[in-house]
Amino acid sequence: MDSPPEQREIKTYYTTVDKVFRGFVSSAALFSLVVLILIAAFLLFRGFEIFADYGLKFITTSKWDIGNPEDPSTAVLGIGAMLVGSVLTAFIAIAVAVPFAIAAALFIEYYAPRFLRTLLTAVLDLVAAIPSVIYGIWGYVVLLPLVEDWSATLYKYLNWFPLFNVQTPIFGRSPLLAGLLLAVMILPIVTSVAREVYGQAPRDLVDASYALGGTKWAGIKTVVLPFGKSGLVGGAMLGLGRAMGETVAVYLTLNLVFKVNFQILASSGGNVASLIANKFGEATAYELKGLMAAGLVLFLVTLLVNFFATVIVNRSRKIV
Amino acid sequence: MTTYQYTDVVPQPRRPWDHSRATALRVAVLVVLSGVFGSLLNSFTGLSGFLGWYVGLAFAMPLLAFVGSVKHGWNMATDRLATSLITVAFAAVTIPWVSIVVTVYQKGSKAFHAKYLTDDMRITPSSDLLQYGGVAHAIIGTLLMVLIASLIAVPLGILAAVYIVEIKGRFAKMVRFLTQAMSGVPSIVAGLFIYATVVIFFGGFSAWAGALSLVILMLPTVARTSEEVLKIVPEDLRSASYALGASQARTTFRVVLPTVASGLVTAAVLGIARVVGETAPLILTASYFVATTTSLTEPIASLPIYIFSSLGLGDDNATTRAWGGSLVLLGVVFVLFVFARLFSSRLSRK
Repeated sequence: MDSPPEQREIKTYYTTVDKVFRGFVSSAALFSLVVLILIAAFLLFRGFEIFADYGLKFITTSKWDIGNPEDPSTAVLGIGAMLVGSVLTAFIAIAVAVPFAIAAALFIEYYAPRFLRTLLTAVLDLVAAIPSVIYGIWGYVVLLPLVEDWSATLYKYLNWFPLFNVQTPIFGRSPLLAGLLLAVMILPIVTSVAREVYGQAPRDLVDASYALGGTKWAGIKTVVLPFGKSGLVGGAMLGLGRAMGETVAVYLTLNLVFKVNFQILASSGGNVASLIANKFGEATAYELKGLMAAGLVLFLVTLLVNFFATVIVNRSRKIV
Repeated sequence: MTTYQYTDVVPQPRRPWDHSRATALRVAVLVVLSGVFGSLLNSFTGLSGFLGWYVGLAFAMPLLAFVGSVKHGWNMATDRLATSLITVAFAAVTIPWVSIVVTVYQKGSKAFHAKYLTDDMRITPSSDLLQYGGVAHAIIGTLLMVLIASLIAVPLGILAAVYIVEIKGRFAKMVRFLTQAMSGVPSIVAGLFIYATVVIFFGGFSAWAGALSLVILMLPTVARTSEEVLKIVPEDLRSASYALGASQARTTFRVVLPTVASGLVTAAVLGIARVVGETAPLILTASYFVATTTSLTEPIASLPIYIFSSLGLGDDNATTRAWGGSLVLLGVVFVLFVFARLFSSRLSRK
């Protein structure tokens, strides 16, 4: 009895040209890895003295005082209030943007007429590319007076609620304003992720819901929304990362005050990125190291948020 | 024998999914009623202006839709409630977009004069009368830095995409993941990184440093878009090329990339649109200069910094200049997008 012949192993042999080509492309592709590592390494290198001096206190202290410019030992640097501000404004942005993003994504994907759908998808990409400095100047000139009005009304009727209370009823460049502006800024990206995920919802299940006599909303509620849940979470986290790293828009719409502030109507706050832009101009050598350290913290936090966001978004894409 | 009579009446297929005239009428009544409610609310409460009116409309419309159709049963009522809620919320989303474009146009056009695009601010303080000065220095600076950035980022981005799609190397997944992670790097961190390396090392702000910080922000967009584009190249083309004895390098450069050339142009243009308005990294790397210069080793102006620095002064003329710069910048972004669309539509027609 002959045993069946062994299956041949198929091997690819590359020519010299291809070996060079593959090596070249591979090394170019690793550029992003190199850059990410270099960013972390250099910010750590330049800001190392700060971490050595303050340790964890750097991210819990809420004070930025360079003391005597000649003598670094009199300085007290800490980005606690800025971290709180970053998170606070980013969460306001998410809380406002996500419901609207869901509605906009559903509208574009399931309610808009066909010609409008392609147009709106293009508009969404376009709006996402409007530079942040233009959002910033619009927020500063157009949105600021409006939000001042709304803040006054909120304060008048809801000041018993701790979030809407302030010591002195002066509203202006508050976390609410910055948060709303960030909401407008991240809406396109959250919407386009949500739209993409909702568009991949199994069409036959939606049709089945129609066939059972269900309404359009029934189909969306039972099929599309549950299907798109994880993708939406990923999109929202992408938006969160953007909102936390935003510099110029927050710089223009939020008063930089080094105090932990949860009163979203008070004109006091700041985020890590706007701190860097604000202090960079006339920073002393030691302060500059502090800014590098702050940049490293911001980099690591946004990288972490983006890491999870990317994992979630990719997983929700893979289901299809 | 039956004879068939020729008639003029051709039976039309019914289209039950089309909106009937009754539906259109219902929607029109709904919108008008909610609009009236909005203006009523405006006159009786503290709400005012377009936004106040819209808030009234946005509350009234879902409510009216629900109440008006509740006699048809709960399902119909919730469906119409959801439809009007979603529509109202979507329309609300577009309000800031329209507002941004309209405000930038209205306020920005005031800064324009005959030589706005060809003059610079060499002898004009920002608070000077609006008929002097211009944005030529900023446009040239932005062009220069974006050009250098594209020369570096576009090849690297396309190579990263080639690695993922063509070579399918061991790290393909990791490279894609890292590129996505890189797109989340805050722009100020990119600026800080270049400051910590290039600016400190070479001892000063320069166009080079600005361009390099833009590379970091541009690369992810280019890589991602090119990856999507390369994926649509039919496998047959590659097989045919290999069958003719071409190496992988030859196949990639002579078959795959030329096939999707217009798509790669789209990728480059989208990358440019992404970075042309970046402000934060340029504050830390290129700084600002009031005169037109093409030197790569000195501080250089750029549109976003022109806007940003004019805005910081608080003077009326300076603020109008900031809006003028915004109009130019927004125009540039819009034009880039139209280009990207044109190229990508050429691709899809193939």
